[in-house]
Amino acid sequence: MNTIPASSTNVTLTTAPEGIDGPGFFATSIDKVVGMARKNSIWPLPFATSCCGIEFMATMGAHYDFARFGSERLSFSPRQADLLMVMGTISKKMGPILRQVYEQMAEPRWVLAMGACASSGGVFDTYSVLQGIDRIIPVDVYVPGCPPRPEQVLDGILKIQELIQNESVRRRETPEYKALLSKYSIE
Amino acid sequence: METKATIEQVMDRLVARFGSEIRSSEMCYDMMTIEVPAHTIIAVLQELHDDTATPFRFLTSLCGMHYPHLAKDKQFGVVYHMHCLTSNLRLRIKIYLHADKLEVDTASALFATANWMERETFDFYGIRFKGHPNLIRILNMEDMVPFPMRKDFPLEDQRREDKADEMFGR
Repeated sequence: MNTIPASSTNVTLTTAPEGIDGPGFFATSIDKVVGMARKNSIWPLPFATSCCGIEFMATMGAHYDFARFGSERLSFSPRQADLLMVMGTISKKMGPILRQVYEQMAEPRWVLAMGACASSGGVFDTYSVLQGIDRIIPVDVYVPGCPPRPEQVLDGILKIQELIQNESVRRRETPEYKALLSKYSIE
Repeated sequence: METKATIEQVMDRLVARFGSEIRSSEMCYDMMTIEVPAHTIIAVLQELHDDTATPFRFLTSLCGMHYPHLAKDKQFGVVYHMHCLTSNLRLRIKIYLHADKLEVDTASALFATANWMERETFDFYGIRFKGHPNLIRILNMEDMVPFPMRKDFPLEDQRREDKADEMFGR
């Protein structure tokens, strides 16, 4: 018989959403269940172009261990990703590519802009640099810093999780959301 | 023993060939700098390229320049840096262009490397090189309209809202 070391049995389970609990059943709303499942299984797509990308590697590594928030698997294909993490300076020439990556992602999708450059262009206030990715795609969470510390990135991820948890399943069908996308002329 | 060729000898040969076409020549930051009219530039480059004693076979650099405060016929220019690898001599050649007629013959037939450098000069200054095989933007977006290295191009993005003047002492 195999003995399992005590440490590996310390599995943290996420807390169940509010609901009505009884013998053999548990009733809650679908929004809460879906939100809980989505929030704890984000597949991020790292779009790293410069030093913020290096900081993200530290976030992904063993010390800060991004994986413990349920984002064990980075997706390098936009088609299987939930969260687009834009990290670094985006030049104007890169803009259409970033936009295409965003368009290839399936709904529901979220975007995190990491660092000053992705959020506002940063110090690169110049002809060749996009002055913030929110000029071409909608952004959910901005992480300030140049570059931000891994703790800040994790904080940004927790903010994204909060958004995901509280998002209505039908949000993506709402006229507000469609208006947001059409503002960016995204189909 | 063979004596080393000097830039003065090169200059003598150039003056003998082009005479008063060479409008000025001076040592500038340890590099001989000459100014020639725009229409002679290819002939000058060809002469330097074909010179048997000191063949200038390397076009180190080619770039544009913009002086909006000067008279109209001196506002734009192109600088060519030549290098003779056999005698390690360098020469800087400047031409000036009229602001209303930003056109000069291409050097890309003579030096293949001029192809990209002329595209870059066109990209940033809007100087057109006649006879260039593919004169399109090289570094910036294809649909960009202004030429960003011109002095009248604003340094900062006018649409940025987060840079309050008071934060920058203005």
